[in-house]
Amino acid sequence: MSNYVEMWKDLGMDLENHDNLCAVLPVAFGDVYLSQENRPEGMGFWDFVVSEIHGIRPAELVEARKNGQKVFGTFCVYVPDEVVIAANGIVTGLCGGSQFWVPDGEKVLPKSTCPLIKASVGARLGKTCPFFRLADMYVGETTCDGKKKAWEILGEDVPMHIMDIPQMKRPEDIERWAGEIKKFAKVVEELTGNEITVEKLNEAIKTVNEKRKAMARVYEARKADKLPISGKDALLMSQIAFFDDPTRCAQMCNKLADELDKRIEDGVAVFPAGTKRILLTGTPLAIPNWKLHHIVETSGAAVVCEEMCTGTRYFENLVADDSKTLDEAYMALAQRYMKTNCACFTPNTGRIDDLLRLAKEYKVDGVIDVNLKFCCLYDTEGYNVEKAMKAAGIPVLGIETDYTDTDAEQLKTRVQAFVEMLG
Amino acid sequence: MKYAIGIDIGSTCAKAAVLDENKTVVFRLVQPTGWSSVDTAESLRKALCVAGFDPADHPVVATGYGRIAVPYAKKAITEITCHARGACRLFGLEDLTVIDIGGQDTKIIAVKDGLVQDFLMNDKCSAGTGRFLEVMANTLALRPGELCDLARLGGNTSISSMCTVFAESEVISLIGRGEKRENIAFAVVDSVVQKVVSQAGKLAEATGAVCLTGGLCQCDYVREALEKALGRTVTTCADGRFAGAVGAALSGLKL
Repeated sequence: MSNYVEMWKDLGMDLENHDNLCAVLPVAFGDVYLSQENRPEGMGFWDFVVSEIHGIRPAELVEARKNGQKVFGTFCVYVPDEVVIAANGIVTGLCGGSQFWVPDGEKVLPKSTCPLIKASVGARLGKTCPFFRLADMYVGETTCDGKKKAWEILGEDVPMHIMDIPQMKRPEDIERWAGEIKKFAKVVEELTGNEITVEKLNEAIKTVNEKRKAMARVYEARKADKLPISGKDALLMSQIAFFDDPTRCAQMCNKLADELDKRIEDGVAVFPAGTKRILLTGTPLAIPNWKLHHIVETSGAAVVCEEMCTGTRYFENLVADDSKTLDEAYMALAQRYMKTNCACFTPNTGRIDDLLRLAKEYKVDGVIDVNLKFCCLYDTEGYNVEKAMKAAGIPVLGIETDYTDTDAEQLKTRVQAFVEMLG
Repeated sequence: MKYAIGIDIGSTCAKAAVLDENKTVVFRLVQPTGWSSVDTAESLRKALCVAGFDPADHPVVATGYGRIAVPYAKKAITEITCHARGACRLFGLEDLTVIDIGGQDTKIIAVKDGLVQDFLMNDKCSAGTGRFLEVMANTLALRPGELCDLARLGGNTSISSMCTVFAESEVISLIGRGEKRENIAFAVVDSVVQKVVSQAGKLAEATGAVCLTGGLCQCDYVREALEKALGRTVTTCADGRFAGAVGAALSGLKL
């Protein structure tokens, strides 16, 4: 990583401990990513971003803040970026995906909290993530019990706004979510000092829609019989999308998609013919959680789609961009966001419908339902997911794991046996 | 005559089986895995040579945790697939539920038409595995086989901890309380059986005849206790612990 020490110091980071993180990440990235053959050239952008993960984008954000822009840190695909962008604010994802942060999180959280929450809280309290230091405000939501209580600890010394996510999807719930978005808009206006107009909001909606469309193009390429990109690379694109500028993200994804389209035309594949196609579903894979993709793709199979927050849930469905009034625009946002099928809703049958549709679209041979340890919601929903897949004749493997590598060998055996079972 | 060799390097024991082209087991060998899978693989190779089956002359397929540590294997296949294939051969069935209580993990495999339909494995936790039983046997100054035999004579005691470490403390408290050794042995086997049964209950496809393989299949009391707890007939066979190696050798015949 280039020299960002001064910036990290200014951000009040624990430099010594942060060095430990900086030392392990390139090794992990080399083993998991750079060992792949015949990668699309377009991945160079994401390789570069990872190599400077705590430097290049944070430096941009530092500059933006100097120019008066505000940074909002978010933890969930339900928080509408559009509202922040309309007020000239910047959104950055904050979810932690490394075991490195877990021990710091466990200092204040019960051990039986999911690793994503532990890592996120640990990254803040351990002062080892610049994004957590940079954010002017954290935006939490009420998706699960673990997060709800963690906000109370996380928000001790940083402004925190919490959006109340409905637990059902009745018409009145969608209306209530529109109301939550409106309240959030007020908070954003106050912090940024910028008024949100319907024109600005429509513009922001267009910006984010373009990003969604560009990401969808990359995913579209993964439906091809000859896979032009590995699941690992596509996952990296999704993971970085949470941190990047939305317009640049769209440009880079479109550029990658162009290359992938060309590869499909030329019949260039990154896996041998007959490689089994796996759809991954479950809890999000925050960066740098590449564990299961790596296991699958070194076990004779390929991940062709992620029905996850770091996957289709992030970019599917667009928002109407021609609202006449702000209330209309908030409703348009609410309608789009409430289409995202998260296990925090009851019932959540839409996720099963999505899975059956995606399994067909991506021509998958099997589904792996992977859930983070102690995620009660996804773990419980796994029962219905697996039942529905089996009823549809789709082989399914359920896995519960965390960020450590201690179960890697067992998981390998399980995944390899699953791939052997697919024939 | 064509032969194929299956090597199954488990966490506790390493097994080798040689099959002829009629799929008959003509040679079998078991030894402790020890601390090095590589050394174990080499020692198996030597023993096979002595028996007249030099791995250099016959196709070898490896399975088990040490499957990647067998340099002379043509192919590595997981123990799930191998146990299923091996059990089909050993029990002469195409539709069956394989319960394999191994040293490090316990597998429930649903097999239909000779193919794996679905399977379950325990997590990192050793509850319900041979290791659990082995640790408790050590605490009771018994060999695992002796513990199983003794368990038949006991009753009315239970261990509530699933974790091996905590369960060991529990056993030690039972010893301290003066509980009879057979009752503690009963509780140990009961704990393993209950864990296996709860796992099997999660596998809806596990409907065929239940066949027990793995190191514990020679303990008749374990089979009986499983039968009682499952409410289904549980069969085993003399070569049950070689199911993985036999399955690997069967795959070798196709190479």
